Amino acid sequence: MKKNTYLQTPSQTVGPFFAYGLTAKQYDYPFPSLFSGNLIKNEVHGKVIIISGKVYDGQGIALDDAMVEIWQADLQGKYRTNLNDDFLGFGRMGTGSNEDRSFEFKTFKPGKVEKNLAPHVNITVFARGMLNHLFTRMYFSDEEEDNQKDIILNQIDPLSRSNLIANKVDDQNYRFDIFLQGEHETVFFDI
Amino acid sequence: MSRSPWNDRDWSNHPDLIYPDYKSTVLRNPKKPLLKLDKIKQIPAPKFQTSSLRTIDADLTLNAKKDHDPIGERIIVLGKVKDEYGRPVPDCLIEIWQANSAGRYVHREEIHDAPLDPNFLGAGMTLTDQNGDYKFTTIKPGSYPWGNHQNAWRPAHIHFSLLGRSFVDRLVTQMYFEGDPLFKYDPIFNSIPDEKAKDRLVAKFSIDQTIPDFAHAYIFDIILRGREATPMET
Repeated sequence: MKKNTYLQTPSQTVGPFFAYGLTAKQYDYPFPSLFSGNLIKNEVHGKVIIISGKVYDGQGIALDDAMVEIWQADLQGKYRTNLNDDFLGFGRMGTGSNEDRSFEFKTFKPGKVEKNLAPHVNITVFARGMLNHLFTRMYFSDEEEDNQKDIILNQIDPLSRSNLIANKVDDQNYRFDIFLQGEHETVFFDI
Repeated sequence: MSRSPWNDRDWSNHPDLIYPDYKSTVLRNPKKPLLKLDKIKQIPAPKFQTSSLRTIDADLTLNAKKDHDPIGERIIVLGKVKDEYGRPVPDCLIEIWQANSAGRYVHREEIHDAPLDPNFLGAGMTLTDQNGDYKFTTIKPGSYPWGNHQNAWRPAHIHFSLLGRSFVDRLVTQMYFEGDPLFKYDPIFNSIPDEKAKDRLVAKFSIDQTIPDFAHAYIFDIILRGREATPMET
């Protein structure tokens, strides 16, 4: 085995001013965006859902300068890696363009990637005041049977587990809030 | 076929989550330890093709130009993206954003009283080539003041975002310039726990890469995670 001889470049904060670079279209700056909150390029078959939520700090204040990325499988449980597909499982949205500081992703409900993994969405969070990005993942409240068998969820204590499950609001909408700190602190992964 | 998982985040090189000298870290990071879960590290990442980007996206002196060249010192920022084993990372999406030469960001919430440049936006993106090499042409950013403490100024920097080969192989960082007198006063730079690691965020001036009568060059190599080769793959 080859020994690693180079050391990882250190992480630094995304800062308060990422909008015109990383999410230009969303914030109406004149620069192209490869990603947005809409993961569906063309209306193709499949159940479209909206995942929305806010990112809260330790005082319960919603951040207006956080950025959330999601990465998920398609309806068949496959990660699509081609940017030119109708559906790219990667989305990115800042929390500074909606009045209520929410993020909002229009996507398909993902299929199961593996037998022992319930449908889920991988999430990365960035913000001013975060020197490192944080990883978490979101499950669905209407998939409880699969959630019970999920090998990741089953490694998490019951109280924290519930924070990883998005609440179904209605037929189309799921709510997933991210708590960076505090009583309801989200489980973040060291991966 | 079995593949090794991606290497861990090497916390000896990354800042602590909560670093009180940088005040806004205190309420914006978890207090519980992060949960280690190797299973998640197998997730692939989106792949990018050069056709998705325009060449001009990598030239910040041209991509927002209206009627004049942007004001300031034109520079080339170039380097190689490698993994921890020295293997180049091709087709890696690099996105950058920065202040203009006066230290002013285009962002609408920015209130620093320095002039905007109508010919400069400060955003760029490119893909690394097959050797992991990338190159941007831009204007050297100015320093700007911020509210962290009395008389706080950020050293001049360019923000970098990289999407590597896996969902976990994600990096957002800042590139600084050799010899900046503000390093020792900046809590964001000093949040990095290791002196040598700090130095790896400092781009080095290169006379060899400097283009005569055109622009200074700075070299900034970036190391993403790697994973061990598995010679016994069947």
